[in-house]
Amino acid sequence: MTKTVLIVDDSVSMRQMVAFTLKQAGFQVLEGGNGKEALERLAGAKVDLIITDLNMPVMDGITFVREARAKPQNKFTPILLLTTESQESKKQEGKAAGATGWIVKPFNPEQLLKVVQKVAP
Amino acid sequence: MQIDLTPFRRAFLDESAEHVAALEEGLLRLESQPEDSELLSSIFRAAHSVKGGAGSFGFEDVARFTHVVENLLDRMRNGLLRAERSLVDLLLRANDVLKCLLEAARAKEYGQPAAAACDTRAIEAELQQRLGAPQAHEASAPSVTASAAESPTSSSVWRIEFAPHADFFRTGADPLLLLRELAGLGRVVSIEAEVQALPAWDEFDPEVCHLAWRLELESSATLAELNDVFLFSSDDARVAIQPRGAARAEAPSVDALPSSAASAPAQGVAPAASAAQRRSGAESASIRVSVEKVDQLINVIGELVIAQSMVADVVNNFTPERVGQLREAVLAVERNTRDLQERVMAVRMVPIGSIFSRFPRIVRDLAAQLGKEVRLELEGEETELDKGVVEKISDPLTHLIRNSLDHGIEPPLERERCGKPREGVVRLRALTEGGSVFVEIADDGAGLNTERIRAKALEKGLMRPDDNWSQEQIHQLIFQPAFSTAATVSDVSGRGVGMDVVKKNVESLGGAVAIHSTRGEGARFRIKLPLTLAILDGLSLSVGGQIFILPLVSIVESFRPRAASLKTLLSGGEVALVRGQTLPLLRAHRLLGIEGAQTDPTKALLAIVESDGRRVALLVDELCGQSQVVIKNLDANFRRVEGVMGATIMGDGRVALILDVPGLIRLSEGATSTLALA
Repeated sequence: MTKTVLIVDDSVSMRQMVAFTLKQAGFQVLEGGNGKEALERLAGAKVDLIITDLNMPVMDGITFVREARAKPQNKFTPILLLTTESQESKKQEGKAAGATGWIVKPFNPEQLLKVVQKVAP
Repeated sequence: MQIDLTPFRRAFLDESAEHVAALEEGLLRLESQPEDSELLSSIFRAAHSVKGGAGSFGFEDVARFTHVVENLLDRMRNGLLRAERSLVDLLLRANDVLKCLLEAARAKEYGQPAAAACDTRAIEAELQQRLGAPQAHEASAPSVTASAAESPTSSSVWRIEFAPHADFFRTGADPLLLLRELAGLGRVVSIEAEVQALPAWDEFDPEVCHLAWRLELESSATLAELNDVFLFSSDDARVAIQPRGAARAEAPSVDALPSSAASAPAQGVAPAASAAQRRSGAESASIRVSVEKVDQLINVIGELVIAQSMVADVVNNFTPERVGQLREAVLAVERNTRDLQERVMAVRMVPIGSIFSRFPRIVRDLAAQLGKEVRLELEGEETELDKGVVEKISDPLTHLIRNSLDHGIEPPLERERCGKPREGVVRLRALTEGGSVFVEIADDGAGLNTERIRAKALEKGLMRPDDNWSQEQIHQLIFQPAFSTAATVSDVSGRGVGMDVVKKNVESLGGAVAIHSTRGEGARFRIKLPLTLAILDGLSLSVGGQIFILPLVSIVESFRPRAASLKTLLSGGEVALVRGQTLPLLRAHRLLGIEGAQTDPTKALLAIVESDGRRVALLVDELCGQSQVVIKNLDANFRRVEGVMGATIMGDGRVALILDVPGLIRLSEGATSTLALA
């Protein structure tokens, strides 16, 4: 069965790259430009994986993770954070909010797939 | 899987250009509202996005430089540094360097010769100084610390204990996946689950993890690789990994090895762009279009395909009775084609805000240089214009704004003396009205000095002492080449070069500039621009059997005059009386040199046309009908002809010239003034 991934990032190029990579890997892709948009995408949809950036306008990544995790249908959905090496504390904050893991920027498609494979094979 | 990153790299470059613009805008706003934390966050985000993407897409120098900028912004965001003027200055300069780096990256990406090298070092040093301790090249990609436990490839057996915390599932983690991942690294020699913690059935909570595992794994993986399996679980589980037979229980640091160690960004270094991808102006190489516009386009195409199949159906099974159906189908095609045309043109429309955004910086720097206090107000940034127009209007606007600051707005002391606030206001406004877009540059400065312009014009012989010109006409003189009334030539403007170029540029876009000025209260320059360059609503008319097109927007009305309403002046000029107004009568056949046209106005038609608020009556044989025409440039294919703005190809294949109303008026004025001199 095709798996669905929700990608949340305000950077279009980043989102495109992640989306393209995961489509190549057979995922069906939903996208959101910030946390709020992403929550709207999630309404009524069941996704198998969520990948989110941290710094976004309107609703940041941490708040989004917390809210997404609070919804019953996402209770056990793997959520990956896109973070940078300088955000060590953010990783912890993200985990506390319910994130499963993280992908450290900069990354390339191969690295992305490796981490995705880890939480949603 | 090999993935070509080229399209994403290009999207990143486009996006970064926007981030850089947003950074600049944000920094400028920061000056007046240094405590605005939301603003600081958005500035930080812009820098952060550039950094994050730059690394992933292989622009190392951009990533490294932006990292320093980001650090500084982060301190500001956390209240450790105040957004004082000198700091904002520094960040603005840093942003310029960033822009330079991105442009260099863009040039490289598109295989163009790089422009001047960007000097990052000086700014970077200044940034580092602000950051305090010289962070001796803070490793943006941490180097890999070789693990002591890394053994050679020979296979060995590891004993692994894995005890997830009770709330392990809370973060969407799954122990089964981790066990499978371990199994994938080698051969599981033995595995056992600890079930002692399992509660009785009636107390069992399926969302709590009660199990733990011990396994022996024969694998050639290193300790680091094994630790990597538990990368995300270090805080949510007890993990112990040791070689079988090891006496001492090693407490492995699960999370010590940063995943970025594995992500040395070797991938994604730009391959040289092929020659085929070379383009001239990188700026205009791509255009960002909202999804909505594209969707509308696709809808119309769908309609068009249906209409086309209707035509095909009728034509393939044609009987004379079906001629009505055919006409209907052709009408549908026509409607859809027009719709399609409009939608495609809409794709070329971009908000004028994309060039407005550069002016706050220009005004800020210039005001400081001139010792004036100026506030720039922007309005109507969302007004859409053809991309070609937007790009070409930038220079004239820049010039007019510099002009307003230099000549219009008075120094603060002088303003106080006149009872005005010290701070002058320049208002840049765009609006759509009818078929045109207006861009206004208004200031509350001194206004044009009509007397001085008049004196200068007399001195230059542009007007005669007994000429009784209106204030408006005198003001228009500032658009004459090499006309400057500035007492001293300043760095900024006042050499008399420019205003004539402004006018020429605007007119080459099919636009016009008008001035409204009141001495002591300010001046307003109003630029009128066509919405688009390529398509025109036109009225076709005939003169001596030839077809011409008049832009519909310039036509007010048309009628056949009675002899009583026509007068010939002593000078030889003709006028028509239209509802009490006296309008100059221009004979199209005479201006265009056409023989065989109707020369008796009472047997022909007068088209009242308007340009720049002036009306004239144009004598033509007859009007043929209204149509949308595609403008073909005449300058490029033939040469520039006064009074003609271009040509188009009619439905029957004939070429028709498109008349340029301001040009016709100029032509007629040339004619009358020669007459007047004779």
